[in-house]
Amino acid sequence: MSGATETAEIPITVDFSGGLEMLFDNQRRHSVSLPAVDANGKPATIAFLIDYLCKNLMQDPRAELFVLDNHIRPGILVLVNDADWELEGEEAYEIQPRDNILFVSTLHGG
Amino acid sequence: MAPVLCANCKTERALIKRPKNHAKLCKACFITVFEDEVHHTITSSQLFYPGEKVAIGASGGKDSTVLASVLKTLNERHGYGLELVLLSIDEGIKGYRDDSLETVKRNAVQYDMPLTVVGYDELYGWTMDQVVETIGKKGNCTYCGVFRRQALDRGAKMLGIKHVVTGHNADDVAETVLMNLLRGDLARLSRSTSIVTGDDQSEVKRSKPLKYSYEKEIVLYAHHKKLDYFSTECIYSPEAFRGSARGLIKQLERVRPTAILDIVRSGEDMARLVPGDSPSSCACKGQNTASSAPVEDDIGGCGSSSGRTPGNEMAAMDKQLRENEAHEELEIDVAKAMSERKLNGSEKQRDLPIRNGNSASKGVARQVRGNCKRCGYMSSQDICQACMLLEGLNKNRAQIQI
Ligand SMILES: [Zn+2]
Ligand SMILES: [Zn+2]
Repeated sequence: MSGATETAEIPITVDFSGGLEMLFDNQRRHSVSLPAVDANGKPATIAFLIDYLCKNLMQDPRAELFVLDNHIRPGILVLVNDADWELEGEEAYEIQPRDNILFVSTLHGG
Repeated sequence: MAPVLCANCKTERALIKRPKNHAKLCKACFITVFEDEVHHTITSSQLFYPGEKVAIGASGGKDSTVLASVLKTLNERHGYGLELVLLSIDEGIKGYRDDSLETVKRNAVQYDMPLTVVGYDELYGWTMDQVVETIGKKGNCTYCGVFRRQALDRGAKMLGIKHVVTGHNADDVAETVLMNLLRGDLARLSRSTSIVTGDDQSEVKRSKPLKYSYEKEIVLYAHHKKLDYFSTECIYSPEAFRGSARGLIKQLERVRPTAILDIVRSGEDMARLVPGDSPSSCACKGQNTASSAPVEDDIGGCGSSSGRTPGNEMAAMDKQLRENEAHEELEIDVAKAMSERKLNGSEKQRDLPIRNGNSASKGVARQVRGNCKRCGYMSSQDICQACMLLEGLNKNRAQIQI
């Protein structure tokens, strides 16, 4: 891989709902330019995205409402282009340009 | 990666993996299956009768919004002949309910259902803001919790409606089962698994048509049907969530998604061991209409009613109060049930020594669960907790006026 791809970015949209928008500036939809590869030069996965969001997009100090023990908190659903991420390989799914990733909490009252 | 096809129609792309059986379904098939299962729950437990007027306890949150949407759909599709109305509770705390009540108002238009918002002021003569003015901030949660517990029933009574449905889901029931199991409270566990509470004698019957619906699927249903619901501000605190029954449920689901319904079923099975109750809800398992003894259970209609909001002081206090009262009721209940069984003598099965949270010995039944002499609401005491608190408040007001 050349140096050019290492600095390349993937344009995606990230949505938060079910109360999670509160952790991200009270905004449901965010346009994100995600680095195409992680620190080890591996293609960006959802695991990488989650870490990236915590470090770069989250306004709220309460990261534990989003991740627990380095994984997405149980009770938060992840949809990749409207499909349950369990159908897409979960954390290992490699992010594609123009993907929409939705994080929705089931933990709020109803 | 090639898209997975729907296991049902085999033409559309699968978007959902069902927690209960891992079936991969497309959006349309998922929506149909979800609705069919709720329909099955409703018919097999004979929840409604044609022409019945039913109030949906509506908070604007996901569960009650999905319940309203599904009931409207099924009522039209299967000709239940129900008259559905939305019933919301306003505690009278300035600013607290504004957004959720706005959501419920939009739902009323979207689902073409009449909406009644009943305030604590109408029900009790006091808004929570006034209570706080009178007694101060300390302890006001007690009042709110006690008032909330009766609010839906009282509101339904005002409307002349005898059946309130709430959005309690499988995760809620599993959580309650687990908590009662951890407490060793089998008798209360039995009642908590029942789909209907309140019997022919009670004025208002309550039921939970979404009892077998996973919370995950409720959220996905709302998402794929683009339902308009409101998520309350972040009131769950991670400290309390970690190690809570709710947290445990979600972690179990992560490892083995069927765990939630398994816990619900186990709860029902254990409930059968408890004398005096018939909590099974699904007619498929050879039971008819399930109706357990009335219990003042945790239906708040406000979305902060169950253990999932431990960060909320109000809910925590509410819960504690509820537990105290429930334990008290339970002792009477079990003792009564056992002595009745001995009287008929028809049962060969030996009475199991059912423990409850308080291990104090139980004497002869001293009192049958009855109704409050003042307001008529079911209560193990002559005067229910709400009426006791009101008496104190009203005395206070009188003094202030003098
Ligand atoms: Zn399909
Ligand atoms: Zn009373």
